[in-house]
Amino acid sequence: MIDPAQIKKDFPILNREKNGKTLVYLDNASTTQKPKQVIEAITNFYENTNANIHRGIYDISEEATALYEGARETTQKFINAASKSEIIFTRNTTESINLVAYTWGEKNVQKGDEIIVSMIEHHSNLLPWQFLAKKKGAHLKFIPIKDDLTLDIEEYKKLLSEKTKLVAITGMSNVLGTIAPIEEITNLAKEHGAHVLIDAAQTAAHQQIDVQKINCDFLAFSSHKMLGPTGVGVLYARQSILKKMPPFLYGGSMIAAVELDSAEFAKPPQKFEAGTSNIADVVAFKSALDYITDLTFNEIQKHEKELYKYAISELSKIEDIKLVTPPEDQAGPVITFTIKGIHPHDIAEALNSENIAIRAGKHCTDPLHKHLGLIATARISLYVYNDKQDIDRTVEALKKCIKIFA
Amino acid sequence: MDLYSEIILDHYKNPHNKGHIDSPTCKADEENPQCGDTLSIELKIENSVVTEVAFNGAGCAISQAATSMLTDYLKGKSIEEINKLKPDDIYKMLGIDISPGRIKCALLGLSTTQQAIKNHNNASKKD
Repeated sequence: MIDPAQIKKDFPILNREKNGKTLVYLDNASTTQKPKQVIEAITNFYENTNANIHRGIYDISEEATALYEGARETTQKFINAASKSEIIFTRNTTESINLVAYTWGEKNVQKGDEIIVSMIEHHSNLLPWQFLAKKKGAHLKFIPIKDDLTLDIEEYKKLLSEKTKLVAITGMSNVLGTIAPIEEITNLAKEHGAHVLIDAAQTAAHQQIDVQKINCDFLAFSSHKMLGPTGVGVLYARQSILKKMPPFLYGGSMIAAVELDSAEFAKPPQKFEAGTSNIADVVAFKSALDYITDLTFNEIQKHEKELYKYAISELSKIEDIKLVTPPEDQAGPVITFTIKGIHPHDIAEALNSENIAIRAGKHCTDPLHKHLGLIATARISLYVYNDKQDIDRTVEALKKCIKIFA
Repeated sequence: MDLYSEIILDHYKNPHNKGHIDSPTCKADEENPQCGDTLSIELKIENSVVTEVAFNGAGCAISQAATSMLTDYLKGKSIEEINKLKPDDIYKMLGIDISPGRIKCALLGLSTTQQAIKNHNNASKKD
């Protein structure tokens, strides 16, 4: 069982105080905090093993290479990819998705083709496709949401056709917390011969991902949203597709042989990792994956569900709060809400004065907010170190906030 | 919770100069895309002096209070004086420390006002 009090001890930043109050961190959908195991892995790398990888004929370079490639292997197992070479390290989810748009998309999407995304996408899984569609004369189609804030799969079925080249969908909305039925979405897309990209930025920290079971072609996520350092993203791509994809960035590390006027490229994944990688952070990312694996997704989900239910029930007691959440059985640990007459910025500022960190704004989902008729929203997002006391302090602070602005 | 001063809360709850004026000589609309605040300012300028002002829009307490205070200040001021207003002048009106994340909120009223004056000047040139 997860004991948040025990887990909190691993996260030095959670000791931070303001006016005698410790930090309550509830902006995990934006980025999570880092356990000392991850912080120490970075320090340890720079103190003991720092060298460039894949080239040095000396101990520390060989050790650094082994650590870096070890992280790739851990990532492969983490999402059950068939091969290590299907794991490409990028800077973040956004770069991973752009990589697909600029390489696979550039080569395969043609005039008149259709790309399906949903109404609940983060800008990072919308803008690359907007850009590609405009450039190629292809069309973007949108899976709508129903009144209960879940995806309308019946409407999705109607959008699919032989023209559908790609379905790019988030695993979970970073605003609504709505979990998308990605296996069903993928299966339906495959019936029409379309490729599927899953934006797993919001899911990778919260649920077991099995890319072979999902049967998707691409899957992208970020280290920093799952206890790891910033500056590391992952792109999973099916090997058969990866082999045919042109390079993304050109330069060092991604070549097999170079002439003055031509070059042969290395095999994946090196082909897609030009230049010196973010070695130390990739190495530390492994520690984050190990940390999550040790906790187990089973326990993580149990903890999150319990806390989610508690938070929803406590927040529901406050009359002026309006929750913007889907049915509980289709929700991840994200709770978005508004308060009548109080701008979300003022809510966040009020909570900040109590050393509670939440997010306020449009959360990089302008079209979704427009669709919902909301100028902005406030968002609480949970993770393993959050506990009921965090929720209690938040609810107290919200009550005070309402009193001030009433 | 020592959040905002009473003055800010008062301007937020009971904003001054909110609404519309008859036959404004110029106006401007601005939006703070990060947080979705919207603001429109209407001015009546006679002989290079603001004689009437009104604002409309929705936003946080900081943006609404700052605009309410600013519009009080604008009445009877010359275009020249208004164009010289700097962010610091707005922070002084608000009387609190503005964190980096709230700068745009605090300055939305000022930038919209100065845009309205630009629109006024452009229209005058055309005449």
